[in-house]
Amino acid sequence: MPDRDQYYHRHDLPRFREIARGAPELAKKFFEWYDAVFAEGALTAREKSLVALAVAHAVQCPYCIDAYSKDALEKGSNVDQMTEAVHVAAAIRGGASLVHGIQMLNHADDLGM
Amino acid sequence: MPRLLPTLHQRGSPLASGAAQRARLARVPLRRGFPDALAASGLLPLRPTHLEILQINVGKRCNQTCRHCHVDAGPDRSEVMPRTVIEACLSFLARAGIPTLDITGGAPELHPDFREIVTRARALDAHVLHRCNLTAILLPNYADIPELLAAHGVEVIASLPYFQARETDAQRGEGVFQDSLLGLRRLNALGYGRGTGLILDLVTNPVGTYLPGNQAALERDWKRELKQRYDVDFDRLYTLTNMPISRFLDFLEQRGRTDAYVTRLADAYNPAAAAGVMCRNTLSVGWDGTLYDCDFNQMLDLPVGPAAPRTIFEADRRALEGRAIAVGPHCFGCTAGAGSSCGGAVA
Repeated sequence: MPDRDQYYHRHDLPRFREIARGAPELAKKFFEWYDAVFAEGALTAREKSLVALAVAHAVQCPYCIDAYSKDALEKGSNVDQMTEAVHVAAAIRGGASLVHGIQMLNHADDLGM
Repeated sequence: MPRLLPTLHQRGSPLASGAAQRARLARVPLRRGFPDALAASGLLPLRPTHLEILQINVGKRCNQTCRHCHVDAGPDRSEVMPRTVIEACLSFLARAGIPTLDITGGAPELHPDFREIVTRARALDAHVLHRCNLTAILLPNYADIPELLAAHGVEVIASLPYFQARETDAQRGEGVFQDSLLGLRRLNALGYGRGTGLILDLVTNPVGTYLPGNQAALERDWKRELKQRYDVDFDRLYTLTNMPISRFLDFLEQRGRTDAYVTRLADAYNPAAAAGVMCRNTLSVGWDGTLYDCDFNQMLDLPVGPAAPRTIFEADRRALEGRAIAVGPHCFGCTAGAGSSCGGAVA
């Protein structure tokens, strides 16, 4: 029996598709769409992998970080490129907080003299 | 990583022995063995299709000690193919009418008779492939090799794990990337990779415990990056999976990842890749003349089956084409994903 003292287990990542145990039609649609999203298109598969890596950090999903660190390397990206992608995620997260500071300033202006 | 590391052989590592490597791989708890996977694909016993390539490993001497090397090659290795074996290889090439001679090592050009092997094989009208590490041709006694290759129209298949120094040097040794660029520029200057008919292919394998990506997509990226960064041109990029044997197996063992890596290869088994594995059209000759189904089996001391001719001295095309190919868990390295061979992805 796997250790259930932790919410996250690395061994659960390859079990992702077991989610089809319930609502299998929805899972089928999801995975078909998912696979289509990551296929070569107007963006290359390597570029999409870097986007996924950045988003994985933005949503702080350890499964996704595991999967897309490996996937980015396999697609031929290097650590500089991957780190820049993570910085993009960090910049958007930081910027998203900071830009709300304008709302704070608006409130302050509204409330102040 | 230092420029040179001691080989497994020099360190007296148990993994210097092919039998020890095979024993370790046999302990990986796989859901199904390689023969079972082949059987499910209707490919057991695995048999050759048509013998097209004679791959000769002329010795284990090399001026590099790459961390993933399946040969455990290095400057301390003394195995060198003797003249009697070379003569037998060239004789078999001629009488069996095999179209391609693939010269590998070690660094093949360090063999004292390399120039003669190339010249005589070309005189037999064989297509000759030279597996080049890009730095041996810079050594003082071997500076004439690129001109020799060009004069004979030899196809060069050069190893380069990545288009940057950090990754390349991590695998091949400090400073190897810059030297490899010098080697590439020498070959480009002779017309290799520049549309003159002189073919320069590159081989990349992952700098770590992951699988290679899509060969066509990587080739596109590599052509752009090598051109923009260094004005280097080449023809094709081949992706090669790191085989879990010899020094890469030692690396996996040090990281405690052998079981996970081999399982990943096995889980990525692709029947289409299995149908196209290189052992079906290639015969491998060891430095001492022993025959193998591939260079990997050679390093695992796993020769062709007992029913087939055992050495190049008794090689017979028909008997060899009827043989059953010896397989093991390491063969999942050639059938994972898009597959892997000396000619890159196969599916």
